[in-house]
Amino acid sequence: MTRPLLSRIAETLYWIGRYVERADDTARLLDVSVHRMLDEPETNHSLYAVLGLSPAAPASPQAAIRRLAYDLDEPASIASSVRSARDSARGVREVLSSEVWECLNVTWHHLSKLETLPPHAYLAFVRERAALFFGLADATMSRDDCWRFIVLGRSLERVDMTTRLLAVHLASDWRLVLQASGADESFTRTHGARDGAVLEFLLLDRLFPRSVVYSLLTAEKCLRALAPDTARAGVADSAQAAIGRVRAGLEYSDLDELSDRLPELLGTLQEACAAAGEAITKRFFQHREAMAWVGA
Amino acid sequence: MADIFDTYVMAGAWDEMFERPGVPRRQYQALFAALQPLGARELRTRADQLARMFTDRGVTFDYAGVERPFPLDLIPRVIDAAEWDLVTRGVRQRIRALEAFLDDVYGDRQVFHDGVVPWRLLHSSPHYHRVAHGWRPPNGVRIHVGGTDLIRDEQGVLHVLEDNVRTPSGVSYVLENRLAMTRTLPTLFSEQFVRPVEEYPARLLAALRAAAPAGVANPTVVLLTPGVYNAAYFEHALLARLMGIELVEGRDLVCENNRLYMITTYGRRPVHVVYRRVDDDFLDPLHFRGDSVLGCPGIVNAARAGNVTIANGVGNGVADDKLIYTYVPDLIAYYLGETPLLPNVETYRLDEPDVCDQALADADRLVLKPVDGAGGKGIVIGPVATPEQLASVRQAVREDPRGWIAQRPVLLSTSPTLVGERPAPRHIDLRPFAVNDGDDVWLLPGGLTRVALPEGELVVNSSRGGGSKDTWVLGEASAPAASVAVAAPSAAQWSPSRTAAWEGEQQ
Repeated sequence: MTRPLLSRIAETLYWIGRYVERADDTARLLDVSVHRMLDEPETNHSLYAVLGLSPAAPASPQAAIRRLAYDLDEPASIASSVRSARDSARGVREVLSSEVWECLNVTWHHLSKLETLPPHAYLAFVRERAALFFGLADATMSRDDCWRFIVLGRSLERVDMTTRLLAVHLASDWRLVLQASGADESFTRTHGARDGAVLEFLLLDRLFPRSVVYSLLTAEKCLRALAPDTARAGVADSAQAAIGRVRAGLEYSDLDELSDRLPELLGTLQEACAAAGEAITKRFFQHREAMAWVGA
Repeated sequence: MADIFDTYVMAGAWDEMFERPGVPRRQYQALFAALQPLGARELRTRADQLARMFTDRGVTFDYAGVERPFPLDLIPRVIDAAEWDLVTRGVRQRIRALEAFLDDVYGDRQVFHDGVVPWRLLHSSPHYHRVAHGWRPPNGVRIHVGGTDLIRDEQGVLHVLEDNVRTPSGVSYVLENRLAMTRTLPTLFSEQFVRPVEEYPARLLAALRAAAPAGVANPTVVLLTPGVYNAAYFEHALLARLMGIELVEGRDLVCENNRLYMITTYGRRPVHVVYRRVDDDFLDPLHFRGDSVLGCPGIVNAARAGNVTIANGVGNGVADDKLIYTYVPDLIAYYLGETPLLPNVETYRLDEPDVCDQALADADRLVLKPVDGAGGKGIVIGPVATPEQLASVRQAVREDPRGWIAQRPVLLSTSPTLVGERPAPRHIDLRPFAVNDGDDVWLLPGGLTRVALPEGELVVNSSRGGGSKDTWVLGEASAPAASVAVAAPSAAQWSPSRTAAWEGEQQ
């Protein structure tokens, strides 16, 4: 067993993983969407839809960038995600390696200076810094519960973003979906230029790190290590159960039927992620209820 | 190349670096020689590099809710071995006397019975806590960490300005300053032997472990912080990381049946020693401020029951009140039978009516200080005060003479400090840090030199825009550490028969 982790810190680490992944995913999505918006104004709506925002009145690409990348008053913006990640990290500095903390701190300090450059520079910077963050976490942190909570947050966020992306762009713009997932080159190497397999690749590929199955498997591995299960039958941990069930359903689904059942499947995935999130909170993040004073 | 010190005009105070214009003191000669060839522009570049490093690393100090980098000056302050020996013995002596005093205050109170310190001081101290009476910590230590502020006067003599035995802060900047300096000006360190500072976290942890409740062989030590909005939060996080202990907030703790636990992902885990950086008033709503959520209800009872040690001790404030400060030389004589090695600044006790009348008449020639002020708050420097300020402080003193002291103004020594592209004299003080493990009082070689950055400013506190300097204690070079011979790496061998084991990396 690794050293016990304060519940508050576990929760913060989990959210750091989510925030950094969210910033990365949003940057990817914006980068591929922005120049499309010039030709196809409707991209604007789908962009907001992926991020779960009410579609504003038809706005210029500049306005979309402003809101989704730079605006600190917009909780879903990249700047907000980076700020949240950095502020969270500041509160748990003692468990992060200083390189990991510095990475987020420097990212935060540099970010606003890049707003005057073309958006691509800003978005590329965010992607690089997210990669640096996870790379440094991988390279400098022990494989203990601290690291697992970061990876767990990242995995669930990734499933969430990929399923939203698929839900919105369903049967419309596969190239955009692949690019926004950083998957276009991997996909081409695996399947050649055959659009037919995109869904299979993003949902089911066991080797591509941003696929839904891969992320679910990673989340399960983390949870298994975080809550070693001693029961001989079944899975006692409800977070593991929620994720395992939906992952198994995905892995054993019939490839041909996949696109027919897609809306339902994506719905199930979203629900499973939400359920897992709640179960994780209940099991590991119970510090808030402990304020009462007991005994002599 | 122009000498960067060409334009340096000494300020009339004792200058730490220069004996007289252009002539550095012995301990500064190597530094002086090393700095000169840099040139003003180079100096500025290095200073900017230093500032950026602090911003990137998040070495900050929160003031009024704003997180700012703590300014570090590029030019170090140097103390020679002989003077450091005096500081070490002098500070150690004060800590031992103050420990004895606290033990007495919360025990037999012999010092009051014997008339060395008047009873009224005890009864009027806001930091005397009845709950601590008769409560003796496991290894007798109450001052696990002490910070004694020293200043050098016009004649070059070091004086004690005040003792801090509650929760003195600043040691993190000592550690970070050294790290930043060795990266920015590495060659400076090769010229002479500067005593290292990195031993501090291990010493502190050892002292905290030594203070564990009886019978606990492998104690769990935690650092209790008020949280991320506290001015010294950076320090709390750094110390916890360097000691490898949990940094907890009140909401992470719970007391049950006089035992203390932290709430982890594996449930509750017992805690045995709390290095608290939360003031007494906020530590336990059952005993102190009931509205505080920074501490943990029940922690004081758990400590009184002997199940957890609180460091520094509860009620220590009774010993570092500025009025008690005036008695420290007497306490050294009374408890230790020794003469004080470091003098106090000449101080007047305003709770004695005759002294008070005289001091108020001379207010324009004295420094008036609230006994309980922190961060230079409330201080009135007579010679530079306006008539209105003097009138209002006289009124305040008359209303509460116990709450004030008066001191002879001391023109603090100056040290060359980079202002723009040139060194200029700025006033400094020194806070050495002492760690008491019960057997020995250890001093971190160096301590925090604070600089008053505005010209002529005499209050060096960080909340007044103060900065700091790396503080070098010179010592004898020790033998080089033994090194292990390592074979040269063989040429990389790449084999095409790679495995598919990358997946295993994830866990």
